[in-house]
Amino acid sequence: MPEVALAATGLEKWFGEGEARTWAVRGIGFEAFLGEMLYIVGPSGSGKTTLLSMISGILKPDAGSVAVEGKDIWSSSPNDIADFRLNKVGFVFQDFHLFPKLTTMENVAIPLIFKKMDWDLSMKSAVEFLDAVGLAGKAALPPNKLSGGEQQRVAIARALVGGPDLLIFDEPTASLDGTTGKRIIDFVKNKFLNDKRCILIVTHDSRIYGYADRIIAMEDGQIVKIMSGGEIED
Amino acid sequence: MKGILRVALKLLVNDRGKFAALIVGITFAMFLIVQLTSIFSGILTKASATIINIGSKVWVMDPSLQNPLNTIPMPSYVLDLVKSIDGVKYAVPLYSGVGLVKLKDGNWQPATVLGLDDATLVGRPALLEGKIDDIFGADAFIIAKDEDYPKLESPQIGTTFEINDHRSVIVGIAKAPVGGLFGIPTLYTTYNRAVQYLPNTRYTIAYILVEPKSEADIPGILEAVKKTGYLGLTRGEFEKKVSNYYIFQTGVGTNILMMTFISFLVGMSISGQTFYTFVLENLEKFGALKAIGARNSELVYMILCQASFSALTGYGLGVGLSALLIAVGKKYVPNYTAEIGFWNLGLALVMVFVVAAFSSLIAVRKVMTVQPFDIFRG
Repeated sequence: MPEVALAATGLEKWFGEGEARTWAVRGIGFEAFLGEMLYIVGPSGSGKTTLLSMISGILKPDAGSVAVEGKDIWSSSPNDIADFRLNKVGFVFQDFHLFPKLTTMENVAIPLIFKKMDWDLSMKSAVEFLDAVGLAGKAALPPNKLSGGEQQRVAIARALVGGPDLLIFDEPTASLDGTTGKRIIDFVKNKFLNDKRCILIVTHDSRIYGYADRIIAMEDGQIVKIMSGGEIED
Repeated sequence: MKGILRVALKLLVNDRGKFAALIVGITFAMFLIVQLTSIFSGILTKASATIINIGSKVWVMDPSLQNPLNTIPMPSYVLDLVKSIDGVKYAVPLYSGVGLVKLKDGNWQPATVLGLDDATLVGRPALLEGKIDDIFGADAFIIAKDEDYPKLESPQIGTTFEINDHRSVIVGIAKAPVGGLFGIPTLYTTYNRAVQYLPNTRYTIAYILVEPKSEADIPGILEAVKKTGYLGLTRGEFEKKVSNYYIFQTGVGTNILMMTFISFLVGMSISGQTFYTFVLENLEKFGALKAIGARNSELVYMILCQASFSALTGYGLGVGLSALLIAVGKKYVPNYTAEIGFWNLGLALVMVFVVAAFSSLIAVRKVMTVQPFDIFRG
């Protein structure tokens, strides 16, 4: 039985009050396991990003809990939640959000720098992770000198460098062509998915569904179906 | 936090366009602030030129006197009164007046004439050329070699001219640590000759210069002088009195300080706006840092470091530029007066930190409110 990476229970989120209240997520519960690549899919406005934000300690739910290692992260102080994101979660944003004024190496090292690791050690570690994504030779370049695919690999290296248990991708293939998108996901799954890590991907790109171990399908803020990757392929 | 500081500075400095705009804004403001306050400081020093150049520890004067240009002569019995005060080692009169010098080309040039006590020559200047004893010779005057020296056609030893229709001869050329404020040359002679040469009122003593037996005697001497109905001031107090006159009663202080304040506002708006734009353009990145796990306090630290670094760099460049201009001005511009002192450096430093605090405040407010969720939502 794989170990639970996180357990979401009764998650709810709404925006506005009274008659203007709009439900973004309504009564969602699921478990994500270590060693699993879990997709959250659904059309735009289905609540994927809101759900992702709540389980990663970014957006406080209006109801429900997100338990990591048996403890509800939302019962912690803001600083503890920030530490949770820093130590336990790795983000790969849709637009990557790399700093154009820093080198690729410095971009990757940012989580380590915020963990107060020594500068030189941070850079050394960053280069190792850049090497792992095949970009060691471009460590000294600024990100805007890299292609879109390369920038995404830099973002992946940055997400991984802190050794997170939970790796979160937000629409990872949205700005990539089909082949590059598949290659990236294949690369991530083969290289960085292990029994100590869970990879969560929010996407509506059906071309990469085949890489998922499980897929949570959402609609109107609710889970409509949880499938195995094989089911989708079938 | 060293790594975070380094990232903050790299983000700032590597954005060359914004950083340059920020630095130029602060540098310009600091340059103006230091320049204006230095000029003001220079004016005040020049206004106290007589006090500084004569160098007496204690000055006795009429209490109505406001500045060294308009002396109010005192009767000679005041000198006797002061001499009799306990703690006074010696006290001598000083004459100060303005004479008209007739130049060779027929023009007239006013000059300050300082008459030194005949017996002691207390307050005599250090000489560049000539011997001090020659001041006792017939019609003898010593001229101060300050920026106004050329206005008397740069006289040499032996040059003769007329002061108030009296023949005069230059017997020495003196150092002038500080030139006067009003752009007129300074001549030294003996007290008795000055009284003879210049038209006078019934009384002739402009100041009484007092040498105390010890520093500890000074408060008692000042108190005793006060009891006579006259005013005794230490050198520092007299300089302050003169400064206050120019600051509060002539408009010079108000106007220069107003210009300084305007420079400060200009600097604050330029740097505040530029820094705000810099933060605004990086707002998503700050949001991404929050998502990654940066605490609000760490982001505030980054912004404060960026603002302080810009402020201090601008401050250094502004002060440097101002110092350069003052050096060049003093070398090439006659009567240019400016002095950088601790007070105007301190004032500019306080102002630059206000600029940094203002710039940071608006940026911090923005960064504190950015939600990492917005980064996901796009």
